[in-house]
Amino acid sequence: MILASTLTTDLAILVLAGFIGFVVISKVPNTLHTPLMSGTNAIHGIVLLGGLLIVGLSGNGAFNKIILVIAIMFGTINIVGGFLVTDRMLEMFKSKPKPKPEGDRDASTGAAASADQSEARGDKQGGS
Amino acid sequence: MIHLVLASFLQDLSFLDVLYIIAFALFIQGLRGLSGPTTAVRGNRIAAVGMLIAVIATLLNRGEGNWGLIVLGIALGAAVGVPAARQVKMTAMPQMVALFNGVGGGAVFLISWAEFRLTHGYANTATYVAVFSLFAAIVGSVSFWGSNIAFGKLQEVIPGRPISFGSAQQIVNLVLLILAVAAGVDIAAGDHSQVVFIGLLVSAALLGNAVVLPIGGADMPVVISMLNACTGLSAAATGIALNNTALIVAGMIVGASGSILTNLMAVAMNRSIPAIIAGGFGGGGAVEGASGAGEHAGTVRSTTAADAAIQLAYASRVMIVPGYGMAVAQAQHAVRELTKELEKRQVEVAYAIHPVAGRMPGHMNVLLAEADVPYDQLEEMDEANQEFGRTDVSLVIGANDVTNPAAKNTPSSPIYGMPILEVADSHSVIVIKRSMNPGFAGIENELYYDPKTSMLFGDAKAAVSEITAELGQI
Repeated sequence: MILASTLTTDLAILVLAGFIGFVVISKVPNTLHTPLMSGTNAIHGIVLLGGLLIVGLSGNGAFNKIILVIAIMFGTINIVGGFLVTDRMLEMFKSKPKPKPEGDRDASTGAAASADQSEARGDKQGGS
Repeated sequence: MIHLVLASFLQDLSFLDVLYIIAFALFIQGLRGLSGPTTAVRGNRIAAVGMLIAVIATLLNRGEGNWGLIVLGIALGAAVGVPAARQVKMTAMPQMVALFNGVGGGAVFLISWAEFRLTHGYANTATYVAVFSLFAAIVGSVSFWGSNIAFGKLQEVIPGRPISFGSAQQIVNLVLLILAVAAGVDIAAGDHSQVVFIGLLVSAALLGNAVVLPIGGADMPVVISMLNACTGLSAAATGIALNNTALIVAGMIVGASGSILTNLMAVAMNRSIPAIIAGGFGGGGAVEGASGAGEHAGTVRSTTAADAAIQLAYASRVMIVPGYGMAVAQAQHAVRELTKELEKRQVEVAYAIHPVAGRMPGHMNVLLAEADVPYDQLEEMDEANQEFGRTDVSLVIGANDVTNPAAKNTPSSPIYGMPILEVADSHSVIVIKRSMNPGFAGIENELYYDPKTSMLFGDAKAAVSEITAELGQI
């Protein structure tokens, strides 16, 4: 009985989450298709949590430890890489300093500034 | 004392549930942000914060031991992921997304495998747990291998052209699917043999390869989006197997929004999803290309940078049509310089952006924004198509399939029906292209044989810089 109710609760959450997913992405301009795909791609890196939970259980043999470390590595790559790449793609929507006569110099300093931001974020994610 | 209270509060299950709920709210808010241009940057960061919270909550509530393995896994992942994401060139973004998607799928099937081994083949486990875990294993494995093939094709490690078993393809796919599902049913019904589980993983792996290999490079963005949705679904299934709400919610949101997005992308390219899966696009290729080449007895007129510069300098309106060639050559800054030079001469310049120019929607916008091209100079396809009639010169820089009139005129062409930029409506056309090789979809372009078209062969960046230099001397 208890198991059955766990399943139905989980299924209810699943169905509701599905509808939210449909509603949130109702209308998206073409320009944003790629960043949006990349952003959702980063979110399914949540599967990392599965690896973190199972590796903590007792009874994992050597082989299990190896595949779980790989799974955790994969999940981390998915999350960290996904969010960072999306951030870089969205460069075009960041507010830039007003272009001075030398357009090129502005572009390069802008890129450097945002790279610093990503770095800070990257460290934060990596250390988690 | 305080420490003890704090420690037990942090490990209190309802506190952890609250952290998960905060994480979902941030994911949803982040995704909402990502679907609008002014909120996208913040949206992505909000979702990242949500992820951080979900990870921390899980670390607070996990079982004992093996912290070293966790640190090792995360450190390795960060060491690979951060530099890969930061150093990848803008042109290689699409394959990078494919790769990140693939590793997500890889994590899913590895977790299922570990779960199988830990429970000795789902012994003493509810059947539904086994079913969802097996579903995750199959879909995760398909997604992992499919994404790797997509990466290989975009990176041109494997040929972009469709590779298939011909008419037997559908049967091969079906057999592989049946094998994987049969292995799953066998295990769910109580077989604890690991050999069967490995058989399931292998069948699913072969299926992932067999599904993506026959698909032409031009359809790859849609395929990656579809595999992305699949990975989301498999993560949700893992969530049910582990009874973890964070996985269920985040995975399912990605599954649902990814499906919608796949459909939107397919519509933008005028392709139906079943047709993409059936494969062969751009490669009915060998046959189509050969007959196409035969038809064009017409000649190609080539031009020089100096001539092109004169043509552009005396135009009153120029439309620049960028494509993948511009991205590859990193020519966006050179193009911006050329535009400035033309504007000095009172030439009106605009950019025509096809929704799928480059290899992903929005690819051109990203590159041009990097070169500080003002947003209001970018015209979307419908807008641009009304303007070509009063355009003196269209300068096509490394764009091919998105300008191919065959999409409008030749019903037998594989791209027939795809909306194109009607470059041929302008008074004259200059095409900068490396060679006469057909484009990514592998289809001959009639535009190049049009009498008002002249071809400037060469690397996009070098050619554009040369034109700019010549302009300076006029």
